[in-house]
Amino acid sequence: MLKKEDRMFPNLYGTESPGLAAAKARGSWVDTKTLLEKGRDGIIAEMKASGLRGRGGAGFPTGMKWSFMPKEIGDKPHFLVINADESEPGTCKDRDILRHEPHKLLEGALLAAFAMGAHTAYIYIRGEFYHEAQAVNKAIDEARDAGLIGKNACGSGWDFDIYVHRGAGAYICGEETALLNSLEGKKGQPRNKPPFPAMAGLYACPTTVNNVETIASAPDILRRGGAWFAGLGRDEKNTGTKLFCLSGHVNTPCNVEEEMGIPLKELIEKHAGGVRGGWDNLKAIIPGGSSTPLLPKDICGAVRMDYDSLREVQSGLGTAAVIVMDQSTDIIYAIARLSYFYMHESCGQCTPCREGTGWIWRIMQRMVKGNATVSEIDMLLDVTKQIEGHTICAHGDASAWPIQGLIRHFRDEMEDRIRTYRKTAPRIAA
Amino acid sequence: MKKIFEPDAAYQPDTFAFKDPKKVKDILGRYPQTHQGRRSAVMPLLDLAQRQTAKEGLKADPPHGGWIPRAAMDEIARMLDLPPVKVYEVATFYSMFQLAPVGVHLIQVCTTTPCWLRGSDRILETCREKAGIDLDETRPDGKFTLVEVECLGACVNAPIVQINDDYYEDLTPELMEDILDALEKDKKPKTAKTAKIPGKTPESSPRRKPGSS
Ligand code: FES
Repeated sequence: MLKKEDRMFPNLYGTESPGLAAAKARGSWVDTKTLLEKGRDGIIAEMKASGLRGRGGAGFPTGMKWSFMPKEIGDKPHFLVINADESEPGTCKDRDILRHEPHKLLEGALLAAFAMGAHTAYIYIRGEFYHEAQAVNKAIDEARDAGLIGKNACGSGWDFDIYVHRGAGAYICGEETALLNSLEGKKGQPRNKPPFPAMAGLYACPTTVNNVETIASAPDILRRGGAWFAGLGRDEKNTGTKLFCLSGHVNTPCNVEEEMGIPLKELIEKHAGGVRGGWDNLKAIIPGGSSTPLLPKDICGAVRMDYDSLREVQSGLGTAAVIVMDQSTDIIYAIARLSYFYMHESCGQCTPCREGTGWIWRIMQRMVKGNATVSEIDMLLDVTKQIEGHTICAHGDASAWPIQGLIRHFRDEMEDRIRTYRKTAPRIAA
Repeated sequence: MKKIFEPDAAYQPDTFAFKDPKKVKDILGRYPQTHQGRRSAVMPLLDLAQRQTAKEGLKADPPHGGWIPRAAMDEIARMLDLPPVKVYEVATFYSMFQLAPVGVHLIQVCTTTPCWLRGSDRILETCREKAGIDLDETRPDGKFTLVEVECLGACVNAPIVQINDDYYEDLTPELMEDILDALEKDKKPKTAKTAKIPGKTPESSPRRKPGSS
């Protein structure tokens, strides 16, 4: 279990004030200038040494991402954009950083922006998080009044400003290029890559988009050293601490900061009061937010919570949002409801996703009842393969994976339901 | 909620003007002072327009909540020097922009899987019964509109309902009834909760007023 002194987010639960004085007492904004004096290369090297991987779902190494920004600032300004469009079902960790640890985020933003040569950052917060956006705005005002951001931030000679931009209800804006379009005042539809944002992002200027948790991890990594962070976790590719969201059929749902690679069972039993009705009452778990394929109980008992362990069992760490489902769950409906979600949130740009998510939802509605044929299970799987990999962004893939997980592990149950339906359904008179 | 934009409907006012120039200026000041940069103000200005009509709607008969008239979209297009369609397409893309008058209290029940696992069906049923309306309906007295929404990003506090700007968390049908009773009497409900500490049951997590986080 993660030692108390190794936690990066001591105020995750809002037990103390999120204000500047309290944040300073917790270690934020202490000698930030010294951290900036490491210089751009020094900061990026430390981030690389930490092994931190993006906490928004894709898990791309953060230090490397930062190093993609042009070394020299040309005629186009550089931008840092922070993705706080948290909407992957199951995920609610960034919310607690925004409202309870906003200064961690702002200090991280300054460090990251400096390392990438950006004088301006935007935090794109999902529209529904109205109070969270206000909490961040309040922290920005405090930091500006204290000279921590703004002109000559922290006395470093670097000018840095940061603004909140609120979304307005579109899951797809969590995709980084859709987010950039949205921030530019357009429909939130993903862009083709290349060009990658580091070359042409916001207003066609060099831009890096990072998740809230990723940015908020930077101050502690730079203060305590990349080696400290890399010393936590399972191996050199799965390092550090991680915020986990434990929802669904557990006794005490919560967010918790734990060490990367903690066994899933331990995570649930130590922090969420265990599965409702005991571990044996477990049916399946979605380990990393709605798009990651579910895992049946026997796998859940042995798997560790990190990028590579979960990939080995054909799932993923995603956003580390653990959705627990006990034996009472209609697993087919639970996944069908996600199909509805992906259909509802498709931006409509690519045909396989726009049409395919609708097909999946319509077939899944019949699968819930059992009003289907066994061969349609294969057809459904085929539809998911037609979508996967054939769209501009990963939304199509994300709609396919939950279904593939369901068929992989619960095909029997789907077939049973079809057989039961066929036995009991009224027949059209011959 | 069905997004139908009826630019020529009878309820559309002929004109719209922003009443708070300071807020407008503040919004425009966040973005680069170029034509491309100014366009970023489309969403915040749509939101500002919606908040303005919400305020005005409280005095209307019957009262209504925030929505964005076509005239407001045209005004934003004029201010930012954009063809109106560029504003229409944004207003119609995002689910939080209302394109027609809604009830004063917009009840948004999250029914995505994590909330469903913790009983959002019963919460939705309670809302239906208590408010006396079905999904996507507005009560004739203008008080409530009921809609279903996707994950609100607060799943460890499921089930969740958002009413206007406020989240109501860890709901039970009883708590939901209390909230709607309070709103019916124009009182501010006080049952929203906040982050949950591991190992503590919902009942023992600190209670806070909506928005006090
Ligand atoms: S599923 Fe309801 S808040 Fe996430």
